[in-house]
This record gives sequence, structure tokens and C-alpha cells, in this order.
Amino acid sequence: MTETILINIALVILFLPLLGFAATINLGAKIKKMYYFEIFIITATLILTIIAAFFKLSDFVNTQIGSSFTWIAFDTVKIDLGIKIDNITVIMLFVVNLISFLVHLFSLEYMKGDKRFNRYFAYLGIFTFSMLGIVLTDNLLMMYIFWELVGLSSYLLIGFWFEKKSASDAGKKAFLTNRIGDIGMFLGILILFANYNTFNFDVIYSQINLGILPFDSTVWLTAAGILLFMGAVGKSAQFPLHVWLPDAMEGPTPVSALIHAATMVAAGVYLCLRLFVMLTSDAMLVIAVVGAFTSFLAATIALTQTDIKRVLAYSTVSQLGYMIMSIGIGAYAFAFFHLVTHAFFKACLFLGSGSVIHAMHHSQELEDLGGLRKKMPVTYLTFLISTLAISGIPLTSGFLSKDGILAGTLAFGELTGHWLIPILGFTVALLTAFYMFRLLILTFHGKPGNQEKYNHAHESKWVMAFPLVLLSMLSIFIFYTPNPISAESGWFLDKWISTPETVVPESTRFEFMKSSDSELVDANFVHSKLYEETMHHVHYPAMILSVLLGGIGILFAFLFYQWKKINVDKLTNSIRPLYNLSKNKWYLDEIYNATFINGTLALSKIISWFDQYIVDGIVNGTAKITKIYSTYIKWIDTYIVDGLVNLTAILSGIIGLALRKLQTGKVQTYIVYVILSLLILLIVFKPV
Amino acid sequence: MEGFPILSLITFLPIVGMLIILFLPKEQQQAIRLTTLLITFIQIVLSVIMLMNFDYKASGIFDNSTFQFVEKFRWIEIPGISWLGTVKVDYFLGIDGLSMPMVLLTSIVTFIATLSSWNITKAVKGYFSLFLLLNTGMMGVFVALDFFLFYVFWEIMLLPMYFLIGIWGGPRKEYAAIKFFLYTLLGSIFMLLVMIGLYFSAKETLPDGARVFTFNLIELTNIANYSADGILAPMNPNNWRLVAYIALFIGFAIKVPMFPFHTWLPDAHVEAPTPISVILAGVLLKLGTYGMLRISFPIFPDITLQLAWYIGLFGMINIIYGAFCALAQKDFKKMIAYSSVSHMGYVLLGIASLSTTGINGAILQMFNHGTITAMLFLIVGVLYDRSHTRGIDDFGGIAIQMPIYTGFVTVAFFAAIGLPGLSGFISEALVFVGSFGSENIRILAMVSTLGILLGAAYMLWTLQRIFFGELNQKWNELKDLDWREYSMLIPLTLIILFLGIYPSAILDIMNSSVKSLVDFIITNANNFYITSL
Amino acid sequence: MAQVGLNHFLIVSALLFSFGLFAVVTRKNAVMVLMGIELILNASNINFIAFSKFGNFAIDGQVIALFVIVLAAAEAAIALAIVLNIYKVFSNVNVDEIDNLKE
Repeated sequence: MTETILINIALVILFLPLLGFAATINLGAKIKKMYYFEIFIITATLILTIIAAFFKLSDFVNTQIGSSFTWIAFDTVKIDLGIKIDNITVIMLFVVNLISFLVHLFSLEYMKGDKRFNRYFAYLGIFTFSMLGIVLTDNLLMMYIFWELVGLSSYLLIGFWFEKKSASDAGKKAFLTNRIGDIGMFLGILILFANYNTFNFDVIYSQINLGILPFDSTVWLTAAGILLFMGAVGKSAQFPLHVWLPDAMEGPTPVSALIHAATMVAAGVYLCLRLFVMLTSDAMLVIAVVGAFTSFLAATIALTQTDIKRVLAYSTVSQLGYMIMSIGIGAYAFAFFHLVTHAFFKACLFLGSGSVIHAMHHSQELEDLGGLRKKMPVTYLTFLISTLAISGIPLTSGFLSKDGILAGTLAFGELTGHWLIPILGFTVALLTAFYMFRLLILTFHGKPGNQEKYNHAHESKWVMAFPLVLLSMLSIFIFYTPNPISAESGWFLDKWISTPETVVPESTRFEFMKSSDSELVDANFVHSKLYEETMHHVHYPAMILSVLLGGIGILFAFLFYQWKKINVDKLTNSIRPLYNLSKNKWYLDEIYNATFINGTLALSKIISWFDQYIVDGIVNGTAKITKIYSTYIKWIDTYIVDGLVNLTAILSGIIGLALRKLQTGKVQTYIVYVILSLLILLIVFKPV
Repeated sequence: MEGFPILSLITFLPIVGMLIILFLPKEQQQAIRLTTLLITFIQIVLSVIMLMNFDYKASGIFDNSTFQFVEKFRWIEIPGISWLGTVKVDYFLGIDGLSMPMVLLTSIVTFIATLSSWNITKAVKGYFSLFLLLNTGMMGVFVALDFFLFYVFWEIMLLPMYFLIGIWGGPRKEYAAIKFFLYTLLGSIFMLLVMIGLYFSAKETLPDGARVFTFNLIELTNIANYSADGILAPMNPNNWRLVAYIALFIGFAIKVPMFPFHTWLPDAHVEAPTPISVILAGVLLKLGTYGMLRISFPIFPDITLQLAWYIGLFGMINIIYGAFCALAQKDFKKMIAYSSVSHMGYVLLGIASLSTTGINGAILQMFNHGTITAMLFLIVGVLYDRSHTRGIDDFGGIAIQMPIYTGFVTVAFFAAIGLPGLSGFISEALVFVGSFGSENIRILAMVSTLGILLGAAYMLWTLQRIFFGELNQKWNELKDLDWREYSMLIPLTLIILFLGIYPSAILDIMNSSVKSLVDFIITNANNFYITSL
Repeated sequence: MAQVGLNHFLIVSALLFSFGLFAVVTRKNAVMVLMGIELILNASNINFIAFSKFGNFAIDGQVIALFVIVLAAAEAAIALAIVLNIYKVFSNVNVDEIDNLKE
């Protein structure tokens, strides 16, 4: 296995799903079974990915492989496109393709009977292609290109059942909300390109490392970081652009699992990982605060939602907030680790909910569910494992990654004094455990909400059950580390993922990232040594605290909903304003509607009015004035100019009338005139 | 290719076609259509032949020797009229990297528009005669290198356009046609004045050594040709170059159309029959920005540099203003018309950057906008032919009834939104990269990015209102596309896809020209610059 | 008594011319008008001959006078023919009635 082969495999992995899309969308109308081709493609892609990942992580674990070609070149501008394969890339490839494969399988049963079955698979194909593009890219432009393409596939899939207004609304909302973030990202790219004349990550970073700053100012560097992060805010549904994700649940549930839980929404986190080395301390702080606040906001909203998918959606937002926060506080490795673990257990949760929804004939309100534990044991068990993972209970993957992040927040608090972030982080851990178990209990425990549907419910077929089982298996610690309480000794973090060294100038780093802490300098990881030390230091307190909080959350969930020791309604009534705030998602949709959306629409009406009546009015007015003016001119023309002409005519008429008297018609008179004239002439011109 | 008058051929072929049509009896409708189709197809072949023989390294712009396929003859010559000296006008054709993409675009768009004209049934003979005359005018403007000739072609376009809108148009066709005609004529007058001013300001040296006043666009770019007391001579301290530039700019801006001279466009588009809308958006709008690049920029580099910021400002206004207007429209076709205003704003923004990236992006955007908007108007036409209404809110759920059509619509809409992989993206991106890179208009570029969002907003909202939702039962009889519509939409889709993936196909044609244009402006702006008004 | 000189001839001629003119202008009958013209012609003949005699012209005057007489005869013939035609059309030869030139 050489590097060239690996690159070629990666390219094949990238373009196979595109082929699947192109073939399925074009032939889907003619060939009924076209979706098998797409399934075949994704299977092949997955196999190739496993091969590639295996060789990368064994043979080239410490090398970065890449290849690029010139796409556009003119004058001094050269735009290269290329791929870069490092450990993060292959792991992401694996995650994306595995989940994509499982979702394909799951959809075979879940979407059965849909009239646009082939098209659905085609869309899955283009999504997979775009997502792989994001993962493989070595430059910002290609990142942006595929960033938009996942936006497109997300739009198409959310609005897949476009007959429903809510679905097409949600698709539109998702695309537009993402575009807001994309504008920021685009501006960030423009700043970098204007200064470095390249889109390539590594070239840009080496330039920054040499001390060449955008427009010679650290402010612009920070601005570039934050603007690029805006892309992640959109895609990873961070506050204030998170509103699209819950609505995106209008799409088919397997799509929610693939795109809106496991992969696409994690692209924002992936972007931040790529950008990590160029983030200044200010930018990181912004990222940390946004992430922490988002995770808190979403967790509070998730407490009261009654739609099974919406609860999961908010929990996704919340977990994404965790990852983003984790990057902001410098816990690079754990951000990626959580991305991976979350992808598996959240995909499992969504597919589990899909299984439930399928069994209950598209009923997804919690009050209709309940007691499904006995009817659907496989779904229940996998759901339970994933719920434990997301709640951060030991022996699960979620425990490892979450624990790492929480330890990171504590270390960050200790090193910088920003204690708000760990406080939010731990609160969210408590809330997460609570609302996830609330969801679990209300869905699977207790009494059926809708007896009739309940009677018809049954366990899903194997194509749906298999993905659940596999994904829940991957939520167990053993796949990542042999040590169930510390991830750092495992291959995942120890061998594969290492925090890259930041390239920003010393003055814009956090204190603990400065290389001047000479006694703690490590040859490989200059900046994070002190940080890692502190993290080790707070590891056990953080772990104990998080498990404790998780336990409390679970306990309360059982007290509230399983054993009903505490009356939910009574409690709700006593904190009615808070409850309403949570239930109505902090009224953010309403606020946005009232301000931005209606504002834009009103503005567009005003401008259109301005256009029609003022700008065009001036044009038409000019025409009108010209017309009025011309009627005056016409008057002048008729009565003055033409009047003079007529006057001359009339005068000559009068004179003629007078003169015609002389013309008698009698020759004799004329002779008299002649003679008289002759005489007058003789007198006048008499010869001297 | 040496000596073969390919440019005259491609320009005057439609006139030949027109004569043939005039001799055909008017009952022979099919023959008339086929003649037109054949003529436009030959034009495509000719432009492809030109492209294959095109020297990618020759820059053109201000260098007489690097223009290609040049044809130059004395056209009008009146020797020795008192102080005027010899009056002469050359028949001077030639192309460079600026005009080649436009010639290509014109031949493609007219071919598609001919196909789209198939269902015109009223006065077929007259329609296609005028159509071909219009075709000659458009081609002529792109290949003429003599200002006088340029002007003649420019005016030739007006007449057929007036009748094509005024006779074959919608309910308010007379209003729209007159508005279009008068508005454009106003621009022409400005242009005429500047043309005469330039004529009396510069002289060229003939091969026999005589110095005569000139309309030659290439000679006019040379500072050495100006006489010191010429009204538009740069070295004249009391020159009127700024005024002339603004006048000329307004002449071109009306065609672009630039805010606030854009209001003829929505009316003309809405009333014009589909193929004429296609031509209008696909080719005619490009004439304005082409004129700026061909005439204003090289002849007035000093003023260009001085006013670049304002050009950028109007570009920005166009982008955002057009987008807001599009958002508020209830008429499908009007919405597309305003989206044109918005998209042409990117072209203005790009050329205002005065950087190779920006201008490359702008010309590419001209090409891409030509194909994408042509497709959008065809799409409107398809729906209008079937339903006889254009109200966006009258529809709903068309995607269920016409899935293949909806597929094409999605491609076109997303191309207009600037989705990567489709051609609109790369030109917009280059425009932004160029204008952001130019310190002068950086802020304008930043504000203009709002257009990306608004563009998506009006397009997606329209897509949703017309195509999504439950099928409005009124429309459950609508048929999906027929072969003729396929033949129009598929080539455009392929072009959009191809240029989205391989934009260099067009970029390479214009690289050297754009580079020499930019260098020319930057290096000459200071030579030219004395003081103006 | 002074010798008969040029002035005498001219006075006779002038008188004759005046009578002729008077006849031409005042007579209503076309024939009378013609006779007036004859008088005018003869007045001019007298002048020709007188100038010829008293000037240095040999017999040029007399020759021209002969021409005039011949022409007068021819003119009279044509004029009388016209008068006859006028009579045929208008049934009279009163020149006051014949004012068709007015139109």
C-alpha cells in the first residue's frame, strides 16, 4: 500500500456516491429497482473506506497524505483543489460512510412504499458525496463548495415530503439559516485569500506561523477565525442560528439520523477542528461561550418538548454545543472524540425513534407512545444503551468523551478564570441525563398512550434492527480504549488523535498555550502541556461530578415519570413562566419571525414600493411631464407659430381682395394700366 | 483562417437569412422557422470554429496587432471638408478575449431562443425577420472595433426589439416597448455625444502619414493620439472627460440595467414573449457591461480609477436592491427580471474591483448569467404556456404534476443562487474574491455578500410557493416537458454544469485580455490623469 | 412760317397715337378697338419715317414702315377673325362683356 494508492482510493470513495446520485436520479424514473444500485455503491464505498482507514491508521499513522491539482489559474491567481488525508480524515470517512450505509439499510424498510423511493436514495447519495468532500478537502474553497452542497442535500431531504407545507418551510429555513452562517464563513475565507492568495489550510497556517498576519493585524486574524466559525454556527446549529435544526425533523427520520444528528451537523465541528490552529484566544473564547450557551439553551428546551424527534434534535444541538465549547477551551482531541461517539449513539437514538415511529404508524408525540419496551425489545435495548451513553454513564463511549470535555472545562476555568463555562457544562450534563431518561421512560416504559396503535406495534425487521444493534455496540467503551474510565490511554486519543500546535502569534494565545512556560515544554505539543497537566489534575473530580450529576438526572427522571413520586403538573404550574420559556423554545422563533423575517419582508415590500412608485414613478413622471409640456408646446405651435403663418395668409388675402378690384378682365383696362405704368416709369427714370 | 471574413459572416449571416425569409411566402411557416434555426445553428458552428482557432495568448484591448480575425476596410471617406479634414469611418471588426465569450454566448442564446420561438404563431414571417435583424445587431456590437460601427449596430438592435416587444408582447406591450425604446435611445444619445467628442479630440496616423480624426476604438486608447486642445484630451487642463465618462457610463448603465435606470427591464421582460425575454436577459444586458469594458475603461482609464468606487457602490445597490425587489414580487417573470438586476450587480462590483480576479469573475458572470437567466425565462415560459398565468401564488404542488420540469427548475434556481458545482457559484466567488481583494471597494464587497442570502431567500421562497405543497387541483391537467422544451433546457443545463465544474473553459479565453486591460488601466491612469473638470 | 420740322411730324404722330389709344381704351365695339390699333400703328409709321428723314438713316424708316403696314394688314386679318369667333361665342363684340380673363 503506497500513498498514491491511498489517494486514489480516497478519490474513488469521494466520487462513487456522486455516481450513485447521478445514475439514480436520472434513471430512477425508468428503472424501479434503481435504489439497489445506490445501496451497492454505498456498500462499496464503505468497504473501500475500511480498507483506506485501516492502512492509514496502521501504515501511515503519523504522515499526512495529500494531493492537489490546479483548478483555475490566471494572472497571479492560482486556485488549487485537493484532498488531504490525515487520521481525523479517515476516521471521519469511516463514521460518515458507516452511518450512511446503515441509514441506507434502515431506509429500505422505513421508506418502503414511498412514491419517490428512488429519488430518496439518490439524495442520500449526493449527501454522502458532499459530506465526504468536506471531510477530504485540504482547502477552504472546497470546504465551502461541499459545505453548500451538503446544504443542498439537507434542503432536498428535509423537504422530501414537500407536499407538507411544514416540510418545505423547514427545508427553506434550514437553507437560509445556514446561508447566514455561510456569509460569515465566506467573508472569513475572503480575508484569508486576500492576504495569502491561497485557500490551502496548511499554506495559510505556515504563513501565519511565519508571523504574516491578515492586513498586518491580530484583530483581522481574530475576525477571520470568528467569521469562519460563523459557518460552523450555521451548520452545527449553534445559537443564534440553531433554530433550523429542530424544524429539520420534518424530514424522514433516517435522514435526521444521518444528516441532522451524526454527520452534517458535525461538519461545523469538523471545520473548527481544521481551523483550530489559527484561532486566537479571543476567537476561542467566543467559540467556547457560544458552544456553552448553546448547549445550555438547547438542554433547557429539550426538557419540555413532547415530540420524540424534537427532544432528540435539541439534545443534538446541546451536544454539538459541547463539541464547539470543547474546541473553544482547547480540548481539541476530546471535541473530535465526542464528535465520533456522539455520531454513533445519536444515530442510534434517531434510528431507534424511527423504528418506534414506524411501528406506531408515524405517531411521534410522546403522549401517544409509552410501554413499547415489551413490544420492541431490540429497539428498547439499543435505545437504552445509547441513552446511557449520552447521559455519560461509565462503560459507555459517551462517558469517556463527555468526561474529557468536562475535565477540559474545569481546567479551562482554573487556568483562565472563566468559570461560567464549566458551570454551564456540568449543568447541561445534569439536564441531559434527565431529559434523555424522560424520553426513554415516556416512550418505552409506563402505559401505552394510544392503545390502538400500540396493539398494532411490532418489532422492526432486521434491516432496521441491525443498524440499531451495530450502532449501540459502538457506544461501548471497548472500541476506543481498553480502560473504561480514561480515554487517554486508548488508541483513539493516544495514537491517532493529537492536538496540533497553534500557529497564532504568542500575544494572541491563552496564557496556558504560550510556549514560554519553559519548564513544561514538550517537544511535540508545545502549547498544551500545561493544559494537559491541569486536565489530568482535574480529571477525577470532573469524572465524579459528572457521574454524580448524571445519576441525579436519571434519578429525577425516574421520580418524575416512572414512579411518579413528584407530580409533574404541579411542579410545572409552580414554575409556569420558566416552563413556558422552555416549551416555547425561549420564544426565539417568534422573535426571529417578528424581527428578521418580517423585517426583511416588510423591507422588501417597502423597497418594491419605492421601486414602483418612486424610481419608476420618476420615469413615468418624466414621461408625463414631457407630455404636459408638449401639450403647451402644441398650443404655442397652433396659436402662435402657426398663428403667424395664418396671419400672413389672411393679410395677403385681404390685400388680394383689395387688389382684385383692379383686375377687371377687360383688356382695355389693362392697356390703361400699361400706359400709366409706362408713363410713371418714364417719369421716374427719365433720361437726364 | 487567414483572410477569411468569418466575423462578417457570423454578423451578416442573419441578414442573409432575413432576405431569404422575406422571399418565402408567409404561409410557409415551418420553412421560415427552419431557416432561422439553420442560420443560428451555423452561427454556433462559426463561433466554435472561431474558438478553436482562437489564440489564447493574444491580449487585444489596446494593441492593434493582437486582435484576431480582423477585418478592416475604409467604409466612409469624404476627403477634405474645410477644417474637418478627411472624414473617414472604418469597417473594422476584430475580437479579443473580451468579446469571444460574448460571441459564443450570443450564438448559443439566439439558437435556444429560436427553438423557443417555435410556438409563435402570429405573423411568423415578420417575427423571424426581425429576430434575425436583432441577431445581426447583437453580434455586430460584440465584434465592432470602430466606435461609429459599434454605434450603428447598437442602434440596429433597437428597432427590431421595439417591434418584437410591441407586436408579440403581452397585454401592456405598447407601454413596455415604448419605455424600452425611449430609455435605450436616451442612453444612445449620451453615447453619441461622447462619440463625437472623442472623434474631435484624437487623430490617428494613416499608413500614408496623414493625420485624420478617428473613431477607431483602439487608436482612441492611445494617449499620443490626442491633440492638446481636444475637448476630451487628457492633457487639456479644461477637458470634459469626467462629464463624458459619466454620460457614456449612463448610456451603458441603462442597458445593464443599473439602479436607478433599471425600471424599463421588469416591464420589458414581463411583456416580451418568452424568446425575446431570453435574448434580452441573455445577451442584451451584457452589452452594457461589455461597453464599459470595451470603451469606457481603456479610453478613460484615469476617470475609471477615479470613479471605481462609485461603480462598485452601484453594483452593491443593484445586488441588494434588486434582491429585495425580487423578494416582494408576486409575478414569476417579474421576480426573475429583478433577479437579473441583482445578478448584474455582481458584474458591476467585479469590474469595479479593477483586478484580474474581479474582472475575470465579472465576465464569467456575464456569460453565466446569460445562460442561467435564459434558462429561468424559458422555465417561466413553459409554465406560462400551459397555465396562462404567472402569479406565483396561483400555483402550488407543481412538483407533483411535473416532476422532470421541477428537476430542471431546481437546477436553474440553485445555479442562480450560486450553488457550487453549478456555473453561477464560481463567477460570484471570483467577483467577491476580486472585489474584497481590492482595498478600495472592500466594504462594498462585504455588504454585497448579503445578496447571497437574499438571493437564496427569493429563489427558495418562489420554488416553495410554485412547486411545493399540495397540488392545486386547477393544474392537474398540466403536461410535463415535451421534446422541444427538452431541446432548449438540456443544452443549457449541460453548459451550467460544465462551467460549474470546469470554469477555465471560459476563463482561459479571457485571461490575457483581462490582464492586459487591468495593467493598462493601472499603468495608464496616471499618465492620463491631469485634472478634469 | 417756319419749315415743317421733326417736331411737327412728332406732334401729328402723338395726336394720332392719342386718338388711337383713346379709341382702343374707350370704344366698346371690338372693331372700333381694332381701328384704334390701326391708328397707333400709323402713328408709329409716321415716327419711323420722320426719324428716317431727319436722322441719318437713309430709307430704313420707310422700309420698316412698309413692314409695319404689311404686318398691320396681317394682324387686322387675324384680329377680325378673332372678333368673328368672339361674336360666335358671345353673340356680340362688346369688349366690356368679354371679361373672361378675370377668372
